[in-house]
Amino acid sequence: MTNIKNLLEVKNASFSYNERKNIFEDLNLQVKKGEIFCILGANGCGKTTLIKCITGINKLTKGNIILNNKDMASLKPSQIAKSMAYIPQEHNSTFPYSVLDVVLMGRSAHLEIFESPSEKDYKIAEKAIKSLNIEHLKSVPYNEISGGEQQLTFIARVLTQEPKLLVLDEPTSHLDFGNQIRALNVVEKLAKDGLAIIMTSHFPDHVLTSGTKVAIMKDRGFIEVGSPEDVINSENMEKTYGISVKIIDMGERFACVPLKLK
Amino acid sequence: MLNILREKMSKHSISAITLLLMLLIALFFISFLLGRYPISPYEVILAICSKITGIDFGLSQTVETIIFQIRLPRILAAILVGASLSIAGASFQGLFKNPLVSPDKLGVSSGAGFGAALAILLYGGYFLIQALSFIFGLLAVVVSYLLSRTFKGTSMLTLVLCGIAIGSFFSALLSIAKYVADPYGQLPTIVFWLMGSLASVTTQQIIMVLIPMLIGITILILIRWRLNVVSMGDEEALTMGIDVKKMQAIIIICCTLITAAAVSISGIIGWIGLVIPHIARMILGPDHKVLLPASVILGAFFLLLIDNISRTVTTVEIPLGILTALIGAPFFIYLLKKSKEVWV
Repeated sequence: MTNIKNLLEVKNASFSYNERKNIFEDLNLQVKKGEIFCILGANGCGKTTLIKCITGINKLTKGNIILNNKDMASLKPSQIAKSMAYIPQEHNSTFPYSVLDVVLMGRSAHLEIFESPSEKDYKIAEKAIKSLNIEHLKSVPYNEISGGEQQLTFIARVLTQEPKLLVLDEPTSHLDFGNQIRALNVVEKLAKDGLAIIMTSHFPDHVLTSGTKVAIMKDRGFIEVGSPEDVINSENMEKTYGISVKIIDMGERFACVPLKLK
Repeated sequence: MLNILREKMSKHSISAITLLLMLLIALFFISFLLGRYPISPYEVILAICSKITGIDFGLSQTVETIIFQIRLPRILAAILVGASLSIAGASFQGLFKNPLVSPDKLGVSSGAGFGAALAILLYGGYFLIQALSFIFGLLAVVVSYLLSRTFKGTSMLTLVLCGIAIGSFFSALLSIAKYVADPYGQLPTIVFWLMGSLASVTTQQIIMVLIPMLIGITILILIRWRLNVVSMGDEEALTMGIDVKKMQAIIIICCTLITAAAVSISGIIGWIGLVIPHIARMILGPDHKVLLPASVILGAFFLLLIDNISRTVTTVEIPLGILTALIGAPFFIYLLKKSKEVWV
């Protein structure tokens, strides 16, 4: 169709936890360089499960995932991690590692089993920390900083991984109003620098501001895939969330505002 | 500026580790002087020099025997056992993402305890006690691990639960062994073994445990940085490129090998595997790159100190398991109170 090749391609994918009921089935998706592919859907529709299949945490029961022209099932974790990085929705911290130590962990895929980070790895980590303006937090324990700063730390960590594709599961879910927009802004910048992004979201409005493509997940599959302006309409939103919304043309962008329940 | 900060931090950890190492070496020499038979520092130095150079400095046979046959094996055993339990604890805490885990989480101590009791019931000597406790210690963990593998979607929680189940199973077997044991000969032997002691350790026993201990400790030290990544959670570690299953297996095998080896010569010694990694973390932070070497040295130092107390304070030896808990528990509470860190 286009001459830019897909960085990630999910083909006829199905997954079930218990071999009885599929969470999703025959699902297809493609992501290209520079794209921000958003996945919307109600609670429990299987967004996170899909994300965990894409990242290789869950194994598909049917279908395959092609990452960088290679079938992911044949790749080792370190090979996958060199192309794809992931920031989960929740992180439970146990040990108070410094921000720098956490960011350095992104180098794992590039190091052999007996290796520790070298001077070169430190430089890469420091560059990532600098690019996100969190240099002042470098030696601070990462579980003592704010949610927004923690999200930036994790973004720095995935940058250190030097991936081509970044997968984010609800990157704005624990952030305040301002930090949500700041985090989205970082994501947009990364896409502009050439990363492909897949992210789930609970906010159609965030998809309108930042997404380049959106899929709505419902009834074990995508019910519609397309540009945010086309897909996010009042009919689809009502179908997905069961509420009425109003799409407002603000000139520079569209906004999706929920209406009061009747 | 930030580079300097990092250098400072790593310098801090290097100097702290050097200091700990020097303290351990000092205690190593002091330990030769302690005991019922008085030996002077001069005699110790002479004896060691003569051993190395082969020159006879005219030391009495008694002094040499006490230094090399009695005190040296014991000192080495304390160092090895302390280091082993401590690094196994630090590694397990990282692997299980839980600072309250101790090396016997997967049933190794219960297994080893039963093995030792079985050997005593069979009228075995020290060799059989050591061999069976080592074998049953390994066996308990192997069974826990294989059992947890039969569940779908193996998680660390399943493994821990299997470990608890297998652990209490072997505890029950141990109780049976105690119940049927001859109450005047075998039962006290079992009970004393379970309290932990290095009093009768021989050079031969040390040589036997040296290989599994060194293999386990070396591998753990080599992979120590990856423990940081593993401790962030299985899913995150996997997506950062770590083969989590493989890492779990390596860490469990190494920790079990060294814990079983340690327990097989010392009996059950609690607290070291739990407390020492905490103290090391408090001094040097949570980075496993520094934490593991520090735990080795600190664990060796602590058990050597405790063993010295055990053999000198009273005329009758105090079992090590009692002393480590008596000293370790209050110290641990004190550290918790003093520390600002949140552990759980």
